[in-house]
Amino acid sequence: MASDESKPDALIEVADFSFSIGKKAILRGVSVDISAGEALSIIGPNGAGKSTLLKCLDGILTGGTGSIRVHGRPLESYSRRELAKLVSYVPQADGRLLPFTVEEFVLMGRYPYLSPFSSISETDRKAVREAMALTGVEEFAGRLLTTLSGGERQKAFIAAAFAQGAAILLLDEPTTFLDPRHQDEVLRTLHRINRESGATIVSVTHDINTAALGSNRVLALKAGEVAFHGPAADVMDNSVLERIYGKRFIFAAHPLTGKPVVVPEVAEQ
Amino acid sequence: MNDARLSKTAKIALLVLLAAAVLLAAPMVGMSRVSLSAVLRPFSQSRQTDIFWHLRVPRVLVSFLAGAALAVSGMTFQAMFRNALATPFTLGVSSGASLGASVYILSGVQISVLGVSGVSLAAFGGALVAILLVYCLSSLRGGLSAGTMLLAGVAVSFFFASMILFIQYLSDFTNTFRILRWTMGGLGTVGYDSVLDVLPFVLSGSAIVLLLTNELNLITTGEDIAASRGVNVAGAKRVLFFATSLMVGGVVAICGPIGFVGMMSPHICRLLIGPDHRHLTPATLLFGGMFLTLCDLLARTVIAPAELPVGVITALLGGPFFLWLLLRASHDRGTL
Repeated sequence: MASDESKPDALIEVADFSFSIGKKAILRGVSVDISAGEALSIIGPNGAGKSTLLKCLDGILTGGTGSIRVHGRPLESYSRRELAKLVSYVPQADGRLLPFTVEEFVLMGRYPYLSPFSSISETDRKAVREAMALTGVEEFAGRLLTTLSGGERQKAFIAAAFAQGAAILLLDEPTTFLDPRHQDEVLRTLHRINRESGATIVSVTHDINTAALGSNRVLALKAGEVAFHGPAADVMDNSVLERIYGKRFIFAAHPLTGKPVVVPEVAEQ
Repeated sequence: MNDARLSKTAKIALLVLLAAAVLLAAPMVGMSRVSLSAVLRPFSQSRQTDIFWHLRVPRVLVSFLAGAALAVSGMTFQAMFRNALATPFTLGVSSGASLGASVYILSGVQISVLGVSGVSLAAFGGALVAILLVYCLSSLRGGLSAGTMLLAGVAVSFFFASMILFIQYLSDFTNTFRILRWTMGGLGTVGYDSVLDVLPFVLSGSAIVLLLTNELNLITTGEDIAASRGVNVAGAKRVLFFATSLMVGGVVAICGPIGFVGMMSPHICRLLIGPDHRHLTPATLLFGGMFLTLCDLLARTVIAPAELPVGVITALLGGPFFLWLLLRASHDRGTL
């Protein structure tokens, strides 16, 4: 899997990467290549190291052994501003928001292009307009973040990350805590960004169906190690899923596409 | 968006006008009446001219600078630590300065260097010790995280406070009173040399904060997001910590620890103008300066010819005003 020379289409190359917090190993020997335009889902049980991997990919967490390369260059050779132009990140919803308007917040995504002495340029405004149009937040652009619903908030965060102009978008559980309609809207927004702008989307999710049906490839982590990495459709297999989650699932054919989906198990009454 | 920005600019312009009015009017008011003709002849030898130009003007200037510095430091700490209760003194600067001053008063030495009084120098030294102690303690425990710094600051504050109590216990009645009076803060003894003493601290500290307003905006929305947007979070926090702590140290060394301005002014300004530090910073500087100038005006006139410690006025006036604002605000725009 890991190769010494960088592949031309690999945007991010993670090779034998391990990361510890204190003495606790969070990631162990993770190797994965992510290519341009790919939609990758990261799945795995709680505490498997998914969020940590995401933060390492954006250099938010530093240290660790092994290597992470972005565009063929070691991650640590980038300045924070340089990296921000290539990779952006949407954290888990942590509930603490400040009363900025959506538009002000999206504009803050232009930080890597601003200097203290320059004012906001037409390019910045255009990027903000495009990001807001693509994510469908224009209609509430003037509202305060503190007044948004969970779904609107998540779209505003995605818009801000997209306005950063990075070709790689990392998202930590973008649809957790959202109702079905808003889950749908957020996933559609991500799909649109992936298709229309060619951005690479890497998202952590607990929804196996979303991972299998909504992305090209799936990376599964278990206890800090790669338990599966391959085409998304291949994950729908109990020999794979049992290895990841330690339990078996029931599959059914999707009524519209015929593709296998995991169905919920109902406890007998 | 254009309307909102316009009105924010308008609000700042209004604050500039108000601040100018306060700066012009404050030296005119006082126990003894000063005539306009005395004011307009600054080099005449009359008593009124002397009171106006040599007592009141420098005092008003120092109070404005000190208020601005304390307020903008409070704003910076509140943003950095995402903590609404942070003040310029949260990290032990004032207790360090007070300890320095107490040690000096106990020692009975009387020195001054280049016109700066010994007590101010000792207070500044104490502030520096506190700043470095908090910085080193938090660096030992994995960097400048809000939790570690606040805990280190609180620990250093308590430790220094108990040393001050110990020193007071050792001192005679006069020195105990002098220490107590110093820790109340006051602007009674300032002159033009005091203006020159605090000016470099206030100018450089405020300039650094004004240059880092984009960084402050992002850090308040969360450090992970800030880092992802390209902010060198650790570097920005280190610069802001030292810039504002030194500024507060410089001010406290001259004026003593004047409470409440630093915690309250940023909140009032957030309610007035929103959380965007590009507008909030100038507004806080102006408001803090104006507020302390007015409080000091009251401190020196309310029970004239005696003077109240200005810290008493800041808390007495500021507390209820702050509560009133908090209760009437729709509080969507002013929260931190």
